[in-house]
Amino acid sequence: MPFIPHTQDDEKTMLDAIGVASIDELFDEIPASIVADPIDQIPPGESEMSMLRLMQERAARDHMGLCFIGAGAYEHHIPAAVWDIVGRGEFLTAYTPYQAEASQGTLQLIYEFQTMISRLTGMEVANASVYDGATALAEAMLMAVRANKKIKTKRIVCAGNINPRYVATCQTIVRNQGIEIQQLQCDAESGLLNPDMLETIDETVAVVLSYPSFFGGLDEVDRLTDLVHARGALMIAVVNPTALAILKPPGEWGENGADIVVGEGQPLGIPLASGGPYLGFMCCRQAIVRQMPGRIIGRTVDLQGKTGFTLTLQAREQHIRRAKATSNICTNQGLLVAAATIYMSIMGNEGLRQVALASHAGMAELLQRAEQLAGVQQHFTGAYFHECVLELPVPAAALISAMGEQGVLPGLDLGEYFAGMEHCLLVNVTEKKTAADLDRFMDGLKSSLQTVSQSC
Amino acid sequence: MAEVRNNLKFAATHEWIEFKDGVATVGITDYAQEALGDVVFVEPPELGQQFAVGDEIAVIESVKAASDIYSPVTGTVIAVNEALESDPELVNSAPYDEGWIFKLEMSDPATPENLLSVEQYAELCEAEEH
Repeated sequence: MPFIPHTQDDEKTMLDAIGVASIDELFDEIPASIVADPIDQIPPGESEMSMLRLMQERAARDHMGLCFIGAGAYEHHIPAAVWDIVGRGEFLTAYTPYQAEASQGTLQLIYEFQTMISRLTGMEVANASVYDGATALAEAMLMAVRANKKIKTKRIVCAGNINPRYVATCQTIVRNQGIEIQQLQCDAESGLLNPDMLETIDETVAVVLSYPSFFGGLDEVDRLTDLVHARGALMIAVVNPTALAILKPPGEWGENGADIVVGEGQPLGIPLASGGPYLGFMCCRQAIVRQMPGRIIGRTVDLQGKTGFTLTLQAREQHIRRAKATSNICTNQGLLVAAATIYMSIMGNEGLRQVALASHAGMAELLQRAEQLAGVQQHFTGAYFHECVLELPVPAAALISAMGEQGVLPGLDLGEYFAGMEHCLLVNVTEKKTAADLDRFMDGLKSSLQTVSQSC
Repeated sequence: MAEVRNNLKFAATHEWIEFKDGVATVGITDYAQEALGDVVFVEPPELGQQFAVGDEIAVIESVKAASDIYSPVTGTVIAVNEALESDPELVNSAPYDEGWIFKLEMSDPATPENLLSVEQYAELCEAEEH
C-alpha cells in the first residue's frame, strides 16, 4: 500500500466535513501554556533545484576511500535486484503496514524474514526486527531480566570482547532500570573469554557473548554456553549473520543452545550508508517468546480456511500493555527487512557460504602479507572470521592518517576504545576486495609505516 | 446476563474468591472473561511467593488485552492451576470451576471485609455496563 499524501484541497474537504476551520484548530484544546514555541532556527525551505545543488556540492566533499573498516558494519556486495525491488512504492512509502486486511504481501515478507533469520541462527522464534544490533542487545538484556525468574539480582555479565559501542548503548538503556552490566576481562593473548572465569562470577541473570568477537576472534561457545546454564543464567549471543553461514549457529551451542540471539542485520544487503539505518534481529527459545519485544508476524488461516499472515502476541506490546509492555518499541525496520529478505533469497545458503568463505580467505591473505613487514603482527593468537587485529610498530592513528592521504581507510584505531591498544588496528576484508585492492592496502601500509616511523 | 455464584465473595476488580479453612481460591468472574475475550495465556504467580492485598499477582492475556489480577487477600501462594498452561480457554468456558487460577494461604484467616457480596457485585456489573 504506497503512501500518497493529501493535497490542500483534500485537507479542506475533510476539515469542512467535520466543521473545523483549520488543522491548528483541531489541536486547540492543548493549553497555550504548554504549546512549544515556534522553531525558528531552521531556515525556510529550498526549491528542489537549489536543494539538489546544495547536496551535490556537499557530496563532492566526501572522500570515498578503499574501506577496510568493519567493527560492526561490513561492506558486502549487494545484488542490484535487491534495491530495485525494495524501491517500489509499496515498500518504500508504506507507513506501518500491519493491518492484516490490507497488507498480506508485507506481512508475508516479514514472516519469511523471521523464518530465514531463525534458520540462520538455529533458534525457534524470531521477531520482525528492531532498530539495530546495539539496541537489540539492550532489549535482550531487559528481556533476560524479565525471563529469568530464578535469579533475583539484576546483573548481566558481558565478555570484554564485545563491541564497545554496543555496551555503551546498553548502559544508557538499562542503567535507569537498576540493571548492572559487569564486563569480564578477556585473555591478553587470545582476546577470548577464558571459560574458567565463569566459575568465579556472582549470581547473574545472563551472560553476553559475541560471535565473532569485536576483534574477529572465535570463543569456545559450546563450553561457555554449558557453563552459563550450569550457573542458572541465560546465554545471550550477539552474532554476525554472514558468519553463521559457515560457523555453528547459536541454537546449537552446548547442550541446550543459546536462549536469546541478537545481531546487526546490515551485512545482509544493506549499504554502509554512513552508519545507518540498519536493522537489529532478535531470536529466542519458544519458552520465553512472551518476553520478547517487537513485532511478531504469525501464519494462520482465515474464516474460509485460507492461509494468511497477521501480527501475533500483540498483548505484550505497548499499544495494548502500556507501561507494562515488554518494550516501548512498536515498529520494525520494514524497508531494511525487505532488503535483507530479498538479499538472503537471492544469495541462498550457497551464496552466503561463498561470501563468508571469500571474506575469510581475503582476511587470511592480507594478514599473511602484512605480517611479512617488520614490526607488524597479528595481535591476538587464534582463529578469526573476516576481521583481525594488526599490531603495528607505530600508533594506529598516525598510520590511518597517512594511509588516508592515499585514499585507503585501513581499519579502526582500537586505542580509541581500549586502553593500551594504541598500536592496534582492527582490519576487515570482505568478498568485495580484489587482489588489486589488497595490493593497494599493502603498498599504502609499507610506505605509510616508513613515513610515520621517520617522523616519530 | 453474566453468571454469578452465591457461595463466593467478589472484588471490585472482578476476581471471585472462595474461602475455606484459611485458604482463598481465586479466579476471574464470568463478566470479566466475557469482557476480555478469548484467553490465550495465563501468567501465574510462583509457588511460595507472598503477596499483600492489592498486589499484582497474575496476568491474563487475551487476543486483545493483557489484564493484571490483584491479590484480594494477604498470603502465600500454595497452588496454581496447571491445567491453564495447556488450556487457558478454561478461564472462558468455566471461570468459576476448572478455570480457577491460584490458591493463597491467608496470613489472617478472617475474611476481609472490603469484598463484595453476590448482590453488590451484580450491581457493580450493571453499573459498569452503562
